[in-house]
Amino acid sequence: MQEYFNLLWTDYTLRTITLGTAVLGAICGMLGSFAVLRKQSLLGDAISHAALPGIALAFLITGAKDSGILLLGALVSGLIGTFWIRGITSKTHLKSDTALGLILSIFFGFGMLLLTFIQKQPNANQAGLDKYLFGQAATLVESDVRLMIIVTGISLFVMLLFWKEFKILLFDADYTKTLGFNTKFIDVLITFLIVLAIVLGLQTVGVVLMSAILLAPAAAARQWTNNLGTMVLFSALIGAFSGVFGTAISASQNNLSTGPVIVLVAGVLVLFSFIFSHKRGLLFREIRFRKNRTNLKLMKTLQFMYGIAQEHENISHPHAIRILNNFQGFTKGSLKKLENEGWIVIEGHQWAMTPKGYKQAKEMYNQKPMNE
Amino acid sequence: MHDQKLAVQIDDLTVAYNYKPVLWDIDLSVPEGVLMAIVGPNGAGKSTLIKTILGIIKPIAGTVSIYGKPYSKQRKLVAYVPQKGSVDWDFPTTALDVVMMGTYGSLGWIKRPGQKEKKIALESMEKVGMLTYKNRQISQLSGGQQQRVFLARALAQDAAIYFMDEPFQGVDATTEIAIINILKELRKAGKTVVVVHHDLQTVPEYFDWVTFLNVKKIATGPVKEIFNDDNLTKTYGINYKVAVNK
Repeated sequence: MQEYFNLLWTDYTLRTITLGTAVLGAICGMLGSFAVLRKQSLLGDAISHAALPGIALAFLITGAKDSGILLLGALVSGLIGTFWIRGITSKTHLKSDTALGLILSIFFGFGMLLLTFIQKQPNANQAGLDKYLFGQAATLVESDVRLMIIVTGISLFVMLLFWKEFKILLFDADYTKTLGFNTKFIDVLITFLIVLAIVLGLQTVGVVLMSAILLAPAAAARQWTNNLGTMVLFSALIGAFSGVFGTAISASQNNLSTGPVIVLVAGVLVLFSFIFSHKRGLLFREIRFRKNRTNLKLMKTLQFMYGIAQEHENISHPHAIRILNNFQGFTKGSLKKLENEGWIVIEGHQWAMTPKGYKQAKEMYNQKPMNE
Repeated sequence: MHDQKLAVQIDDLTVAYNYKPVLWDIDLSVPEGVLMAIVGPNGAGKSTLIKTILGIIKPIAGTVSIYGKPYSKQRKLVAYVPQKGSVDWDFPTTALDVVMMGTYGSLGWIKRPGQKEKKIALESMEKVGMLTYKNRQISQLSGGQQQRVFLARALAQDAAIYFMDEPFQGVDATTEIAIINILKELRKAGKTVVVVHHDLQTVPEYFDWVTFLNVKKIATGPVKEIFNDDNLTKTYGINYKVAVNK
């Protein structure tokens, strides 16, 4: 690993690949946030699979393996797939998961058919087209990366320009329409950007794994923030980090294919976020739950004491700890905690409520009405 | 008193999903300044009617005009409160941000909301008693609070006509009273309010105008005149005994 980072400064190819995977991770993370929030997570998977026949046809037509032309083919066929999905969902009564599944498998099947057809051809140039199935970051050259940077820049610009429109459409599409916005235009714009990002990643990550790099950073980022802007930013950063770190691992371990490693790194980050996020993570939820439970037990004890104290004129009249015995919520620890809060005082075998504790217990169940 | 301008006029409106009509040949006029309930059984097309008026659903036939002009030219006069279940409340944003969306229509494309829009949104939140919750993440709001946020968002639109889809659904008594007071205030200010409503018991108390709907329009007019057993029976199909003068 150390070796990799040393090489990064000297090895031009490695630098190109690293920059490429970083930019790719960033754009996919950024736009993946929108896909996740629109509950269109599987759209990415369908689009990337739908892009395969485009790659094959572009090669059949031009006979060249220029990545720009192949990606253009992927873009066209990805867009056709997307619009068919939209068409199927809006014109028939099939649900979107059915439409996605149909388009995904039909396009992918057709793409595979074309690939096997191409492989039987005498054209020596055909070798390596199947790299688009699982991607090969090593094939990235400077022009590819330049294209990625340009597309990412344009996407970023469009996103910032239409931020307000994107946000409101994601939250409430019908309402957006009543405000006079052309929701179809916004929708197509978002979808087009997502298709662009996917097509851009095909060479590096491949058709099969592409949706993971789109969704994983967004799913991880969602755990850490409740703000859309922050989520998009985090998602882009997580994507970029997965790209760089995945490339580093695959470059320092021979024969490890980059695409899958990037996806796995992103997957680990998702897992980490699910568990350790301070807001929504499983760990902190459990800790909060336990804390609340202890707290509630404490309050129950205090409430019980309040019941006893109420029956005396002097609320701070001391009572034997023993009378708490038939009540299960108390331990030495919890009594100590109550004392630390200043709610009771303990002297020998007796406890007495303080005015502060009395007030606390009295007001515990008085919920303030909202309208005040 | 109601011989004034018509806020909404609907002619021959028919809507169908598939072949089955959801709304059949509706003619409906809503006078300016009324607080109107749309009542009818489930599947009567109440929400569809509102959504069609607002252009969310395309009708097969018919026209909708707002103050005598097509709706598409009068959007700024109209505000909408959708059913609160229609959105994902886990969306990463705050209550204030949602209310601010009410100003997006007058802002138009690309322009960002600024201090002026924030002020409008805060005022709207104050009107519905939600100012203290302005920075609250929307997933942490209760059902009643979510409904208030939606109401505040519509108030931020500062419209002449308000369409609300079941604003009382799943809210507690306190919120219901708070909401109806706001609706009455809107009427006092000369606004027109159209509400899809389910609780027949409260119609005479809350509203002054009512439309009975069950795919076809059964009746429309002042509550005092037409909210009776006859129309209820026609609309709901069974003999309905509702204490009109309770």
